[in-house]
Amino acid sequence: MKKIISIAASFLLAASMSSVAEPLKVGFIYVGPTGDHGWTYEHDQGRLALQEALGDTIETTFVESVPEGADSERVLTQMALSDHDLIYTTSFGYMDPTRNVAQKFPKIKFEHATGYKQAENVATYSARFYEGRAVIGHIAGRMTQSNVIGYIASFPIPEVIRGINSAYLHAKAVNPDVQMKIVWVFSWFDPAKEADAAQALIDQGADILMQHTDSPAAINIAEDSGIFAFGQASDMSKFGPNAHLTAIINNWGPYYIERTSAVIDGTWTSGDTWDGIGAGMVTIGTMSDKIPSDVQEEAKALIAAISSGEHHPFTGPIFRQDGSEWLKDGEIADDGTLLGMNFYVDGIESDIPQ
Amino acid sequence: MLEVEFPGINLSVFLATMVVAAMPVLLAAIGELVVEKSGVLNLGVEGLMIIGAVCGFIVSVETGSSIVGIFGALLAGASLAGIFGLLTQYFHASQVATGLALTLFGLGLSALLGQSYTGIRPPDFPVPDFGFLSELPVIGILFFSYDILVYFSILLVIVIWWFLKYSRTGLALRAIGENHNAAHSLGYHVTRVRLAAILFGGACGGLGGAYLALIRVPQWTEGMTAGAGWIALALVVFGSWRPFRVVFGAFLFGGITLLQLNLQALGIAINPAYLSMTPYIVTIVALVVISRMGNQTSIRAPACLGKPFDAPK
Amino acid sequence: MLQLEPRLENSRIWIVATPVVAVLCTLIAGGAMFAFIGIDPIRAIQTIFWAPLFDPALSGYAMPQILVKAAPLILIAIGLSIGFRANIWNIGAEGQYIMGAICAGAIGLAFYPLNTWYIFPLMIFAGLIGGAAWGLIPALLKTKFGANEILVSLMLVYVAEHFLASVSLGILRNPDGAGFPGSRNFQQYESASNPELIAGTGIHLGVIFALLAVIIAYALIRFHKFGYYVNLTGKSLRAARFSGINPARLTIICLCLSGALAGLAGMFELTGPAGQLSIDFNVSYGFTAIIVAFLGRLHPIGIAAAGLLMALTYIGGELAQFMLNLPSAAIQAFQGMLLFFLLALEFLTTYRVRFKLKRDA
Repeated sequence: MKKIISIAASFLLAASMSSVAEPLKVGFIYVGPTGDHGWTYEHDQGRLALQEALGDTIETTFVESVPEGADSERVLTQMALSDHDLIYTTSFGYMDPTRNVAQKFPKIKFEHATGYKQAENVATYSARFYEGRAVIGHIAGRMTQSNVIGYIASFPIPEVIRGINSAYLHAKAVNPDVQMKIVWVFSWFDPAKEADAAQALIDQGADILMQHTDSPAAINIAEDSGIFAFGQASDMSKFGPNAHLTAIINNWGPYYIERTSAVIDGTWTSGDTWDGIGAGMVTIGTMSDKIPSDVQEEAKALIAAISSGEHHPFTGPIFRQDGSEWLKDGEIADDGTLLGMNFYVDGIESDIPQ
Repeated sequence: MLEVEFPGINLSVFLATMVVAAMPVLLAAIGELVVEKSGVLNLGVEGLMIIGAVCGFIVSVETGSSIVGIFGALLAGASLAGIFGLLTQYFHASQVATGLALTLFGLGLSALLGQSYTGIRPPDFPVPDFGFLSELPVIGILFFSYDILVYFSILLVIVIWWFLKYSRTGLALRAIGENHNAAHSLGYHVTRVRLAAILFGGACGGLGGAYLALIRVPQWTEGMTAGAGWIALALVVFGSWRPFRVVFGAFLFGGITLLQLNLQALGIAINPAYLSMTPYIVTIVALVVISRMGNQTSIRAPACLGKPFDAPK
Repeated sequence: MLQLEPRLENSRIWIVATPVVAVLCTLIAGGAMFAFIGIDPIRAIQTIFWAPLFDPALSGYAMPQILVKAAPLILIAIGLSIGFRANIWNIGAEGQYIMGAICAGAIGLAFYPLNTWYIFPLMIFAGLIGGAAWGLIPALLKTKFGANEILVSLMLVYVAEHFLASVSLGILRNPDGAGFPGSRNFQQYESASNPELIAGTGIHLGVIFALLAVIIAYALIRFHKFGYYVNLTGKSLRAARFSGINPARLTIICLCLSGALAGLAGMFELTGPAGQLSIDFNVSYGFTAIIVAFLGRLHPIGIAAAGLLMALTYIGGELAQFMLNLPSAAIQAFQGMLLFFLLALEFLTTYRVRFKLKRDA
């Protein structure tokens, strides 16, 4: 430990002495390959935007496909030892490794995505994807002919459940007859299984698909079946130009630029950021001309209302699936409940698998 | 008769979906079956599939023809299997270790090759026109709604069944798998036959991967086979090394997955984690049952499976 | 034409020389691949093989980390190698690794938040039992029904993986984790944690056990009659039977032993470096260990060397990623090449290559 700290200290010293000449070294660690066209892909797009914006003042590096747990702690330490000033750890499972390494390297700043443990030199950030889901829920509710929306879900964790609830509430608000059919594939990335799930939902009458898995497989299937679907994490219209209505895009670039600039200016402090559409961390992609113009207008109005803070996707009255009251009329959900959400709202007919 | 709306599931649509869903593993498994019948265990099916997927995809995109792409996949799968054949048959390397290394290498190489091919849709795959036949209720969907590779695969299975059962070469191949020393003394070329089987198995694995990337989910994404190669290995065992049982197994495996997804879509509470285990448990049970049935050569594992062969001098 | 002749005794020169030749071949082929994708091959190879060992800034941390990364590989491979010597093919170590970790984790969590000395030993025991039990299934199915253990043990890996997903989202999920997936972190539960023994190195009890396993396995094979039985069974089942060995019992012992060591590796990994059970807890150590066992030619010392070499390529590969922008796929392909060459050239130790003029028929 002592040895490491002394090594780290000598490096930081060297770095600070030559800080005029040396660019700020910013590292990223990714859980998947940058070619996944989903979660990791968008973080890497954010990295590229950062590099583009800050040019020669920074140098960015990354390590991809790092398993959560032991391997990530080692990669982080090695990054810390090789002169990085700021490291973004872009998956939930990096939470404890990030904290452990941050303790050993107090001079280095860490930013952990989607977690909840902060420290002096560890900030956390995440996006309010459920705001995007509200918008696509609205579009789906307005456009479905069969009144059945299909939802391909990954694992039963609060992030995913929150998205389902948000989409359902906003679909139901404009279409009281809407039904949401949910299929859990128990994987973040398995194109064949996602395709099968999409097919099963279509066979069960769904004419619009949403997904909380990473591959664009469902878009392919929707295209071939002549129905609609929404892109996840990035614009997936290339996979199904007719089927793709719009996409919820994870837009990390602005946050990375802001936080990295803060480190350069010396104004960086730890904290927790949970931004949504308003801050531009979540954006809604280009809307297809398949969406009727009045629905497009409504969606844009909803986006505006959410970004101004005028509308919160979880505003009461909302009842839980078991019929008990969750939010009173006009009451707005607190972030704590949202972060740990483990129940469906009233009207969703299936159960969360345990 | 199949128009029944089995509680909320249209059976003919379900079955047709199942056939297409099963195709990648079916093709890979039928190839591995021939390999194992010759007494060789190639655990690198996952690597073969993913290499076939990426090469089939690249060739399709570059030539604009998915048929040419299929040939690219066949060639790629056979080439990768060729490394396995060379190492295990000529350099006497361990089959288990080489197969695993093959998977590692295939996954890495495919990701490298496919780097600039994500986010592209490959050219469409031709679906034959059966005219009024495909309009028929039930029968149209069940028999006349597929792409040509499905029909080709069925043909392939029949040919392999015939080949193994009736042809002279097939007999030689089985003899080699059962007892390579005896086969050798009868004058069969053990190493050559095995190498041919390995290459054929590689081509089939590549074809299975290409089916996934060109037809089932027309796209290329890194690691898209997501374990399908391992299921193919299970299928060969489940099917007790018989072609038609492997087909049945592929449909059953695919069917169980599809059924659980359909049941979920229907809102029926099931535990997907436990249900996902069932195909593997069923395979183990099947293996125990067929092993118990004793000495019927037709259903137990080839006696020389995975054993190295040294030509006696 | 070229001919291979089996050697009467393994060539001592080639035992040492083949790895060197294989690494050289890999450097040439891998270097060509790196050059092809636009990465300076000399720098890439230097980073992968040299930096973790000799880079002044990194080696202080990376060297002990090689031991940490190699420990589970060696521990599992040692267990597997004993069975492999007797032609008992356990390729389901990945599943046994998972089950060992789940059993140990469940025992540890059952005691939470109690802090006493006996929890950790109990967890070690549970890890051994969990792995051994998972190895016992193919052993029993093999001895009672003749079911092929390669296939049964492989199938059980997938059963274990689904079981892991189920428990880490279900009964073993951290009740204080705000609904997030994964168990409690064992690093933060003192009595159940496997902390580093020498501060800053990451070296934990698992590394010591891996070292012990190498020594014990060496002694067993060299000096104990069990080692003799195992080798004899591998050479000739008939001969083994004649000398009074019970093959069924040997099968059960070997599969349980390798399962137990895999389970133990899972237990140390869970309580130490990994910290918690989660859906992605397993990272293919069980499969990589099979390759390690063969690369080490089923010999304990060889396995230790092979495990360290694999670990080196992992760690060097990570460095090459962020130092040179080398894609992880290229490193995977590079590792694959290295394995191919090592496996391909191994025959030089057991065979003599003879150059012969066309022989008469």
